[in-house]
Amino acid sequence: MRDRLIFAGQLGFTLLVAAFLVVPVILSISAGVTVNYFRGIQSGVTLQWVVQVWGLYKSEIGLSFLIAFATLAVTLVVGVPSAYALHVRGGQLSRVIEEIITLPLAIPGLAIALALLLTYGGFGSFRQSWLFILAGHVVFTMPFMVRSVMAVFASVDIKTLDEGAASLGASPWTRFRNVIVPNAMPGILAGSLMVITLSLGEFNLTWMLHTPLTKTLPVGLADSYASMRLEVASAYTLIFFIMIVPLLVAMQMFADKSQTR
Amino acid sequence: MNAIASHGAAVHVVNCGKTFPDGTQALSPASLDIVAGETLVLLGPSGCGKTTMLRIIAGLETPDAGGRILFDNNDVTATPIEQRHVGMVFQSYALFPNMTVAENIGYGLKIRGVGKAERAARVAEMVTLTNIGGLENRRIDQLSGGQRQRVALARAVAVRPRVLLLDEPLTALDASLRDRLRSELNRLLRELGITAIYVTHDQAEAMELGDRIVVMRKGAIAQIGTPREVYFEPQNRFVAEFVGAANIVEGPVAGGRLTLPGGWLALNDAPDDAAAVAMIRPETISIIAEGDAFLRGVVESASFIGDRQRVIVTGAANRPLTVDAPNRINVRAAERVGLSIAPDAVRVLPKED
Repeated sequence: MRDRLIFAGQLGFTLLVAAFLVVPVILSISAGVTVNYFRGIQSGVTLQWVVQVWGLYKSEIGLSFLIAFATLAVTLVVGVPSAYALHVRGGQLSRVIEEIITLPLAIPGLAIALALLLTYGGFGSFRQSWLFILAGHVVFTMPFMVRSVMAVFASVDIKTLDEGAASLGASPWTRFRNVIVPNAMPGILAGSLMVITLSLGEFNLTWMLHTPLTKTLPVGLADSYASMRLEVASAYTLIFFIMIVPLLVAMQMFADKSQTR
Repeated sequence: MNAIASHGAAVHVVNCGKTFPDGTQALSPASLDIVAGETLVLLGPSGCGKTTMLRIIAGLETPDAGGRILFDNNDVTATPIEQRHVGMVFQSYALFPNMTVAENIGYGLKIRGVGKAERAARVAEMVTLTNIGGLENRRIDQLSGGQRQRVALARAVAVRPRVLLLDEPLTALDASLRDRLRSELNRLLRELGITAIYVTHDQAEAMELGDRIVVMRKGAIAQIGTPREVYFEPQNRFVAEFVGAANIVEGPVAGGRLTLPGGWLALNDAPDDAAAVAMIRPETISIIAEGDAFLRGVVESASFIGDRQRVIVTGAANRPLTVDAPNRINVRAAERVGLSIAPDAVRVLPKED
């Protein structure tokens, strides 16, 4: 009896917390398909707002994904070898470099953006291209990749595995491909998940760095909240969800699979 | 067995020392010659430099300037480990968690471009040799410690290395398994006839496996010799006490006799010396009737440990003597006993500076 009460209590609490998080999302999404938000859902259900948003913001959505995957590519190509080098080399210098890489976590996005603008603002074509936003996103997400890969290296004694592969005749590059990367996979996947979601949802930095021609999803979302009907902005949220949720689920499944292997 | 047996290389370590960047000297310059096909054991307490020596031979560390490593007569000092054609067994085994047992064993062959069919055949051969049949498709985390050890060995030997290097391969196992694997390893090394360099801090392992033993201490070589030489004729007090149990006694030597507080011992041609130091192994001392003996003492304690009893005798030498007596003789504490020690069992140690 007592166990059942405790169970019911825990279940109730969990549902309450879930509801607290989920209800606003549902309300927002339902607003996106309502004919008139102020009259409520009775006014009818429509996809016209979604179609309108898609028409207006197709390019923002495309750019967001382009930047997210480009950010992922850069953090993978640069971050994984860096994590490996930092781990194997060890020592004082490595720790200092690791701290420097981690620094953007502690600095507000706006400040990073300002620094980037001050430094590179003068390079017109770079400033005006999406690569400028990419640079910001790489700076911002790199620590997540490096840290999560380094955490795995620390737990599997990657240095000895590397020496083992070397003793069997494998060159450094072969070792990196056959032994280092496969064994760092859980960290690489966790890092990738963070990088993609952070990049897709990043607003602070992007808002400072964007130009009218280089807007991403969250910046477009802010625009539409500010300047259009609430239904349009909500439809925007709906599209955002439809895009990111399958992506997250897929990556999570991939990560689970590689861990239970 | 010839299909598996590899022609081992002779290894020459010339003047190899190692100073780490922080200034600590792990190894003072030392030279070693390892005959092709022999098993050489580097034995010593932790921090004696034995692992550093092994890693220099492997190519995982570079020796300080002036040091050279030769395999047969090729200078490999500047050759990285992946081109030295060695096999290595690590203390933690370093098996690849992302590969199966068979993939681990075949990895070195794959790297060398050995074809699939030949690789499978060689892996099967290794699996039989190391008694791990049935585990080929397991993942590493599904293996016991002993099985991992065997896979690590199979993987290192599969490439037919010129030199097999083993860094405390049995240390991570529990005692009974360690004993069993030790004799298995011994059989395997003899069968392969490979040049092997084996690092351990366990003198029983060193005795059983080594053709020769290099006893090391504080980054220097204390003695090189066969297990018998190291055990019966230690060149210094450290070796005497590190390898097996030893009684160290001190007294003057005159006319071929070592005088001790409880009497005297006959020696084999020892020069006169006012303050000699000698070593006596506990199992070479016999307990006899007091009246028949030239060396006498009092039993302080006698502990029965099954195959023998360990008797501590005071008063005979300047410090208590440990005696390994047969398990059936009757000795009691406070009893006065005589001790008999053959002259060739008393080893006068060379003077140390």
